[in-house]
Amino acid sequence: MTSITVNNQVLSVDAAADTPLLWVLRDHLSMTGTKYGCGMALCGACTVHVDGVAARSCVLPLRAVQARSITTIEGLSKDRSHPVQKAWLKIDVPQCGYCQSGQIMSAAALLKTNPHPTDGQIDAAMSGNLCRCGTYPRIRKAIHLAAELLAASAK
Amino acid sequence: MTYIPNRGRRDFVTAGVAVGGGLLLGLTLPGLGKHASAAAGGAKPAALGPQMNAWLQIAADNSITVIVDRSEMGQGVYTALPMLIAEELHVGLDAIQVVAAPVGDAYVNPGNGGQITGTSNSVQDAWDKLRIAGAQARMMLTMAAAKHWQVDIAECRAINGTIAARGKVLTYGQLAAAAAREPTPKDVKLKPKSEFRIIGKSTARIDSPGKVDGSAEFGLDVKLPGMLYAAIAQSPVLGGKLRTLDSGAAEKMPGVRGVVRTDSGVVVVADHFWQALQARKALEVTWDPGGNALLDNQAISAMLKKTAAAGAGLTARAEGDVAQALKSAQRRFNSTYELPLLAHATMEPMNCTADVKASGCDLYVGTQVQQVAQITAAAAAGFSPEQVRVHTTLLGGGFGRRLDIDFIPAAVEASKAVGAPVKLIWTREDDMTHDTYRPPALEQVSGGFDAAGRLSAFNLHIISPSITARMFPPVKGVDDSVIEYAINYPYDVPNVAVTYSRQEIGIDVGYMRSVSHAPNCFVIESFMDEMAAAAAKNPYDFRMELLHKKPRHMRVLQLAAERAAFGRAPAGRYQGIALMEGYTTHLAQVAEISLEQGALKVHRIVCVVDCGQMINPRIVESQIESGIVFGLAAALWGEVTIAAGRVQQTNFNNYRLVRGNEMPEIDVHLVDSSEPPGGIGEPAVALVAPAICNAIFAATGKRIRSLPIGAQNLLRLV
Repeated sequence: MTSITVNNQVLSVDAAADTPLLWVLRDHLSMTGTKYGCGMALCGACTVHVDGVAARSCVLPLRAVQARSITTIEGLSKDRSHPVQKAWLKIDVPQCGYCQSGQIMSAAALLKTNPHPTDGQIDAAMSGNLCRCGTYPRIRKAIHLAAELLAASAK
Repeated sequence: MTYIPNRGRRDFVTAGVAVGGGLLLGLTLPGLGKHASAAAGGAKPAALGPQMNAWLQIAADNSITVIVDRSEMGQGVYTALPMLIAEELHVGLDAIQVVAAPVGDAYVNPGNGGQITGTSNSVQDAWDKLRIAGAQARMMLTMAAAKHWQVDIAECRAINGTIAARGKVLTYGQLAAAAAREPTPKDVKLKPKSEFRIIGKSTARIDSPGKVDGSAEFGLDVKLPGMLYAAIAQSPVLGGKLRTLDSGAAEKMPGVRGVVRTDSGVVVVADHFWQALQARKALEVTWDPGGNALLDNQAISAMLKKTAAAGAGLTARAEGDVAQALKSAQRRFNSTYELPLLAHATMEPMNCTADVKASGCDLYVGTQVQQVAQITAAAAAGFSPEQVRVHTTLLGGGFGRRLDIDFIPAAVEASKAVGAPVKLIWTREDDMTHDTYRPPALEQVSGGFDAAGRLSAFNLHIISPSITARMFPPVKGVDDSVIEYAINYPYDVPNVAVTYSRQEIGIDVGYMRSVSHAPNCFVIESFMDEMAAAAAKNPYDFRMELLHKKPRHMRVLQLAAERAAFGRAPAGRYQGIALMEGYTTHLAQVAEISLEQGALKVHRIVCVVDCGQMINPRIVESQIESGIVFGLAAALWGEVTIAAGRVQQTNFNNYRLVRGNEMPEIDVHLVDSSEPPGGIGEPAVALVAPAICNAIFAATGKRIRSLPIGAQNLLRLV
């Protein structure tokens, strides 16, 4: 048994140490918001936060995250109240929606370190997250809106 | 507004709805006036309540459930279709929750000949049907209220989920049980456009909340008690078959519960997916490559060329006498265009969860073809179709890939073999190398100018495989799905011919978003640019002169030119224009590019769309943006290559899609229209490649006649 901290909860998992965090979350812990897209850190659908930083869970073995704090889409907020989620709803970003957990986690991580990103900084931070539906224009708009919401809530 | 995920409605209405009524006006479904067999098991968000018709249930707590019979794959049907019912039911959209329909005759889409989500026609199909369903339900609620109060129906008014008369009010929830016993009214009057309160208004999507908190349930997310996970080994050569298998080592791997030989490959079943994947590596398999061992792109191209040379093929369209007009033309032009194989590359790889028991099978799958999925699973399990219940999840992208059912039988066979529910997941590599690819095409096109300098002949010969002949046989005459847009060639040319020669290529090809609109629009709109250049005319003016009988075409073309300032590109920028009618939607696009030292940059794409009456303009706009991004990836880089029968692209590192940092500015303009609704999911894809290639021509004077653009040496063009 391996214990890991996910969304502030310490959980035990019976999985081989080389099992990618993605499959631990999905199959062992039933947290299916984090998606499988490529298995090679090419698409970003599996993005979670590890110690607050965006990471691709499909290439992170369980052994590498034991002492880390992991946040998934399920833990971003209890009620879709994170500014990024609010902005995503306001702009109606998702289409098929499959990549959106990863998009939202990447955007949330970006705003943590850069609360007022420019278009160029958004593009740089989000270029690892593919969206086959092409929601990119709305993602960019929503990140700007989320930045505004964050700034407003900080006041 | 909620979307009820699949797991919450496992036993929902299958018994009731399967009996089915007729289509369109025949909404009276025997057996549906009673309470549906809903409430058993699981944590259900709300009671579903008495069923008013095949699409609508109203519960005592006033919650309204719309049963949506088209698959949600991003195109917005879980919002747009309920909006049609809500409009006539006189309720707000926030009162509505959505569930996916089971297989049922009532849910057949006559335009597609089955319970099929495709051809961008979900709204067209539902436009009258669901508004009538909503109006009928409102009438039944009104009749129930009138009876209860012993007043005339004419005194009763439906207002926002209630019926009111003489100062008394009853909610729909209070009336639902009695209303469901009322006969279905034959004639209902639908609101005129001037009274629409929901239709035509941009409204938040019903499926968005679950898609921003991770709770939305895609096929990959299905979880059943005792469920096992599976990976599949398939022949690396497309169409190959298993020759020998030694699964001894794999079976000893941790967590492995079984190795199952199926018709489509070797399935490794384990407690967890990662274990199944590791065990798959330990399989000792040899494959009989079958007939494709030597197949490659050169061979495919040679097949198409050979057939092209063999004659003009079947006639799809003929006006005037093209042969004579070309013969007598003052000037003749012939061009040959080539289109590659493409992969769908949905973000959610193919997967299917099957739970085979002695009495029947539950199938949890993101599919665009519920009936075909049912029949396929039944055949794989040895059941009759009624023994298979299809639970449609959300689709993590469809784009036509999930019109195919090739990933379903192996899940069913594996579940049956191990006696437990099995979720079979294709890896990205499985998905990329075993797609049913967009077929390649070779297109020969000719034009002729008469002595007066008018374009007097247009002749298009399309050579490609037939998807429909494989998937929905038999095809009599020309396969409609290969001649799209060509059949609507809009330009006023007296002699027009479109012909088709079928040439199969040994591998399965499938419908992909915009299907043959994309190749045919690329060819037609590029060639019209060629003809404009031959006539020494501006590509916009040249088209407009040939569209004088087509006001909707003229309007979108004119608006696109205006919005893009066509012909007035900034220094160093070049523009290309393209037009199309497809899915009864009319569109024009202008692409603006620069080419510096051979590096193509697409700066801006303007798209003007007249899709008739819009249901939710915000979703229309999203779909147009989406189509443009899809078309952009295909135009710039999309190409599947084959060597020794194996697909060479395996993942997103070698099958390149557009990323956010590579996006041009997109400017979508929607034309207000009262024409009947047209399709919006697919058409915008098709115009991107010709618009960009026409811009490249404007920049260089060189014509690109094969895609993708990225495979060309642009430096050579400059």
